Amino acid sequence: MSVSAGVPEQIEEALVTHRRGFLKSAGLLAVSFGAFVGAWTTEAVAQSSGGAKGAGPYPDPDFRQIDSWIVIHENNSATFYVGKTDPGQGTGTGFRQLMSDELDIPFDQTACIMGSTDITVDQVGSGGSTAMERDSWPMRRVAAEARRVLLEMASARLGVPVDQLAVSDAIVTVKAEPSKRVTYGELIAGKKFNITLTGNNVNSVTGQAKTKSVPELKNTGQSPQRDDIPAKVDGSLKWAVDVKLPGMVHARNVKPPFACAKLTGIDESSVKGLPGFIKVVSKGNYVAVVCEREEQAIRAARQLKTTWQKPSTAPFPASEDLFSYMRAAAPISASRPLLAGDSETRNPESRPIVVGNPDAAFSGAAKTIEAEYEIPFQGHTAFAGAHATADPSNGQMTVYSNDMKSYGMRRCVAAFLGMPHDRVRVVWMQGPQGFGRTAAEDAGCEAAWIAREIGRPVRVQWMRDEETAWDTKSPAFLVKMRGALDSDGRLVGYEYYARSCDYNHLGYNEPDTVLIAQLMGSRRARPASGSASMPSDMYAIPNRKMAGEVVGLPIVWETPLRTGNLRDPNGPQPTFAAESFIDEAAAAAKTDPLDFRMKMIKADTNDDAGFRRARSIAVLKAAAEAYGWDPRPSPKPIGTGKVLTGRGIAYSFRGQTVVAQIAEVEVNRQTGHVWAKRLVCAHDCGLVVNPESLRHAVECGTLHGLSRAIHEEVRFDTEKVTSLDWFSHPTLRHADVPERIDIVLVNGDPNPNRPDLPPYGAGEASLKPMLAAIANAIHDATGVRIRRVPFRDDRVLAALKAAGV
Amino acid sequence: MSKIELKVNGRSHTLDIEPATPLLYILRNDLGLQGPRFGCGLGQCGACKVIINGAAVPSCVMPVSSVKGEITTLEGLASNGRLHPLQQAWIDEQVPQCGFCQNGQIMTAKAMLDKNPHPTDAQIRESMNGTLCRCMSYYRVQTAIKRAAKTIANASPVFGKEVVA
Ligand code: FES
Ligand code: FES
Repeated sequence: MSVSAGVPEQIEEALVTHRRGFLKSAGLLAVSFGAFVGAWTTEAVAQSSGGAKGAGPYPDPDFRQIDSWIVIHENNSATFYVGKTDPGQGTGTGFRQLMSDELDIPFDQTACIMGSTDITVDQVGSGGSTAMERDSWPMRRVAAEARRVLLEMASARLGVPVDQLAVSDAIVTVKAEPSKRVTYGELIAGKKFNITLTGNNVNSVTGQAKTKSVPELKNTGQSPQRDDIPAKVDGSLKWAVDVKLPGMVHARNVKPPFACAKLTGIDESSVKGLPGFIKVVSKGNYVAVVCEREEQAIRAARQLKTTWQKPSTAPFPASEDLFSYMRAAAPISASRPLLAGDSETRNPESRPIVVGNPDAAFSGAAKTIEAEYEIPFQGHTAFAGAHATADPSNGQMTVYSNDMKSYGMRRCVAAFLGMPHDRVRVVWMQGPQGFGRTAAEDAGCEAAWIAREIGRPVRVQWMRDEETAWDTKSPAFLVKMRGALDSDGRLVGYEYYARSCDYNHLGYNEPDTVLIAQLMGSRRARPASGSASMPSDMYAIPNRKMAGEVVGLPIVWETPLRTGNLRDPNGPQPTFAAESFIDEAAAAAKTDPLDFRMKMIKADTNDDAGFRRARSIAVLKAAAEAYGWDPRPSPKPIGTGKVLTGRGIAYSFRGQTVVAQIAEVEVNRQTGHVWAKRLVCAHDCGLVVNPESLRHAVECGTLHGLSRAIHEEVRFDTEKVTSLDWFSHPTLRHADVPERIDIVLVNGDPNPNRPDLPPYGAGEASLKPMLAAIANAIHDATGVRIRRVPFRDDRVLAALKAAGV
Repeated sequence: MSKIELKVNGRSHTLDIEPATPLLYILRNDLGLQGPRFGCGLGQCGACKVIINGAAVPSCVMPVSSVKGEITTLEGLASNGRLHPLQQAWIDEQVPQCGFCQNGQIMTAKAMLDKNPHPTDAQIRESMNGTLCRCMSYYRVQTAIKRAAKTIANASPVFGKEVVA
């Protein structure tokens, strides 16, 4: 099938021919171009890149060799090998743009292979929106160095000094005599660069060449279409769920029916006669059933009789009692020194920040306000359950996975199985989302362990109820805030105090916290303490105090309420509280909420690292202009109709990236239903590599924020999670989508054309202010302040009723 | 086990299979199709949708023995080597993030447009509401549906001839 329908036929043919030629030279003949992006045929890829052979072992590609990053083919095309993964934000296309710019090769003559541990260097994988901000730099430096080396080769070939050569579109010409030329392919195809780079680690790796300045970048700043999309819409992409291997069998887990339950018996006779049954595998409290076919494994796992003993203490309070529990609990981690055995250095954000004299500000205040905000556990609820296929052939272990940090999974699997590092490889393939869940991925270790137990390739996938109940959760937060206003309505004192329920926070791919390790009892002594993070310190309020403490649940291991990193981890919760509270302060001062913010941003700019304050001003202005913001205090006079409308603003930064969001909502006074009719997001992340991809990622992040604001909450009783599907942990749907969304890309750098404008992280930041923007809009419409997330119909309706609206 | 005949994307298959097996696993594991995918297995998300008798239906909860009619999967939408206007609109509007749900989005949209070639915004929201996307590509899905509806309307008389822009 054509992947470029709609393109005139002769061009299409040329593209296909080119791609075929391209694939051939890349050793990828086995797949169509559509499937190529998924880098499915790793054996072929491995051989073409000069990396590991299919049978193993699989030593790490040497990041100090250009050849590990760039292969140039006879037809003058290039393949880039990068140690990142792109779970759907378009970073792979972005890397091609930047690297083709540095290498001086047409973007269309490049491809990018990502994240398979034996053929791409270890850049960790993806996470933290660091793709462009951090990880594109080594790629750019290596590509620049490759260009330098190619120019030297051309100089030798053409007998002309380098400074008399020009290079464009992967063709080197003699400036004075342009008919004298040589292509990159002619210079190096079939050979190796054999150039050793310097640098202590992959992030600092460099050659002699300098990277280009921003004005010299041609593809960067353009919006070529994402190269992963055609195969995702024509059905040709091989996803991690599509892996099929000779002799492969299927496994399904049998999860404990209660948190912290102890397995007391397995009655194998309950499944022995089932068609396709192979084996029950079990260790500690981990149980799985293996069958020949997938549906057989699903049935057998459901039918297997097991007996369990409940723990003597309830592992957690029920979800409706969570916040009273958190209020009363003794803090575990913050405000105490590190203890011997603490598994991680505590987040420095957990230490109190004190500026000025908050106590004096409060005692001299003309008016004080206080409020408390509640954000429940929210799930990753990936669109499909955790999954992986493991192949134990040749005494190695190959795991096919969508783990966004495939290198971490490799280390994790090697440690978990006690195998040497170089006998394990992880082949990264596309899957549903990433958002942090797949960095604390569970199925990879399960598949690898079962594969070793039974000596056959095995595919594991979690069912919907397993994934929703047992995935990692974004921690619940309880935030108390106080504000002191002076007689002019200025916020002169500010207190932020957070409690997060985050004591069993999973790190990335840890062999002693991954769920199978917990269930098997091979876990670390003490969990990581998580964090009760602060909001971005955005406002120059003269006296402020911010502190956070972590509280734990009665039982921390083997529970489905284990916390993990969800897209801007622990960012949306504090920002919901802080940006709601600023609006409350503006309302108390009877001031326009945008103006109230602007005044506090301008007040003091002595900590303007990365020009965040300058860019904050630009971003807030851009959002207000795109929306058509009319300055007035909130709430507006409450209307009389069935539907009340209002608008709210919130802003934040994450790292150096600044985001301001405005929501316009309709609140149905009879049902409590909130519909965000219009959303505006202004976003400044410095240098923009691909504006369309960025707009898309920001738009989807913004809507994810909306989903968390109005729908998402994990519910549980005192022994198990009761959110098991898309009704009990709802998500945004088509009917919730705003009528209009405006994404405004801003460059608010004080010197917007500076040649060294760096790219900052994009994507996750757009989650952060959304919850508060919606809450502020509800308040503007109704005069009612909702301080508990999510703003479900019943909760909003009750609040409206209580306020007599 | 029993012999079951299935017609999928214009090709006939005879399988010896347990009749209660959900259609999804047969399409994926026996017929090698990968458009339909497992998202929930509960008929709630749409990831597994296929078109049977003009309706987009979840194959994850449909016993293979109950299938009456020809099955079209995502792989079967293109014709004469050209993508369906919906697929092309999906590329033009750059709809997917991860893309895992897009089979369901496209198949649901196809069944809707076949019945109602000029849907209003409200009808689009309603028809699509049971098809979930956890990456939140909804806004673009809706835009792409409108774009495809226009393409189809302009490509008279029928899609499939050499008339797709
Ligand atoms: S997988 Fe069939 S509807 Fe979700
Ligand atoms: S694009 Fe990822 S689930 Fe829809």
